[in-house]
Parts: sequence; C-alpha cells; structure tokens
Amino acid sequence: MGQSISFWVLAVIAVAAALGVVLLRSVFRSALGLILCFLAVAGIFVTLNADFLAAVQVLIYVGAVAVLIVLAVMLTREVERGNVPNKLGIPVLITSALFLGVSAWAVLTTSWPQNKALPVEPTAGALGYLLFGQDGFVLIVEIAAMVILATIIGAISITREK
Amino acid sequence: MTVGLEHYLILSAVLFAIGLYGALAKRSALVILMCIELMLNAVNITLVAFSRYITPVALTGQVFSIFSIVAAAAEVTVGLAIIIAIYRHYKGIDTSNINLLKW
Repeated sequence: MGQSISFWVLAVIAVAAALGVVLLRSVFRSALGLILCFLAVAGIFVTLNADFLAAVQVLIYVGAVAVLIVLAVMLTREVERGNVPNKLGIPVLITSALFLGVSAWAVLTTSWPQNKALPVEPTAGALGYLLFGQDGFVLIVEIAAMVILATIIGAISITREK
Repeated sequence: MTVGLEHYLILSAVLFAIGLYGALAKRSALVILMCIELMLNAVNITLVAFSRYITPVALTGQVFSIFSIVAAAAEVTVGLAIIIAIYRHYKGIDTSNINLLKW
C-alpha cells in the first residue's frame, strides 16, 4: 500500500519533470527539471528495494552529472533561442508515440515469470559480494576504473587552451 | 491496487519515449545530452524492476545499473567537454549550425 502510493506520486513527478526537460523554453529550467527527474528516479529505486542504488543515483547523477550540466549551461550562455525544436519535430513526435505504444503493448501482453520471494534487504552487502567476491564482477570494476581514467584524460585534453 | 512489474516497465517506456523525442527533436546540444541521460535513467529503472520482480535474490540487475551509471557519468563528462570546445569555436551550440561534416 505504501509502495503503491509512493510509486504513483514519484511516477507522476518523474514524468512531469521529464516533460519539463523537453518542453520548457529556458535551458536552465530544463536542467532543473532534469534534477527533479533524477530525484524521482532515486525514489523509485527505493520503492524497488534498491536502497544502495538510490544512494548511488543521488550521489552520482544529482551530485555530479547534474552539477556538470548546470556548469555547462552557465558556460555556454549565448544570444540563443533557447530550447526550441528543430525541423524534425513532428515526425519524431509520431515516432516516439509509436515506440511508446509498441513497448506498452509488448509489456502488457507478455506473461512475466514473476518470483514472489522477498528481496534481499540491505542490498549493500549483497552488492559487495557480487561486485568484489568470488565469481563476481571484479573484472568489470577494474575496467570501469580504466574507463573513468580515459574519460578524465580525454576531457582534459579536449578542453585545454592551446 | 498493487503495483506490479508492468507499472514500472511502462513508466520506464514513457520516460524513454520522452527522452527519445528530446534527443532527436531539439536544437541545443545541452538539451540533447540531458535527454540522453533521461533515456539512460529509464533503462536503469527497467533493469532494477526486472531484478526485483523476477530474480529478487540475485541482484544482477542492480549491478548492471551501477555500471550503466558509471558509463553515463563518463559519457556526460566527455560530451560536455566536446560541447565546451564547440562553443569556443562557434560561439554557440545550436546544432543546426554545427554541420561541417554534412554532405
């Protein structure tokens, strides 16, 4: 019952914020709508018993990605038209609506083999075993570290002043 | 009414469709990047919902989500670096002007 109410409230907030990102005229307000959407998605993770992932979402998406996006919005101020659609507005709208229809139809007509077991409760320990334990995903953790290093070097070298 | 797997999947599809519209139909490169982040968030919701309702004990979907968040953060970093470099050259980030490679 609590999960139902929180799911519906957070879902409405997330969809409204996403529409705000796409439809608001000012790019800065779109960025704020994106922050609200990230927070709503973190709440949805909590309703799905993914507590560690909700914390990671807030820390990384809201705390780093959204801050970087607002920084870029401030650094690229121009005499611009703001958040306007380009020539492909109507065909993309039809395509997105078609995609949504097909996805919703596919979701509703598949019988998912649901497991009624209760989920693992604090997920941090279980995720720790999965990521770093035996037969875990340790290799991907190391590769992720390499990816982040390459990203840092790439970003610095792209934006250096000559 | 109880919230089931289908609710989360349809919410994720709605967010993905909104992000898809924004990524294809907007002019400002920053808004395109924001809509790509929306799409990645929608996919993360799908992964965690599947993990919760189909294999509640094996948290593979959440592990996948963690790496998806890592990849998204790296992509935003490089994307914003490119946008700032483009802004220095064109004095704007309107993608209808950034068309040197167009046929």
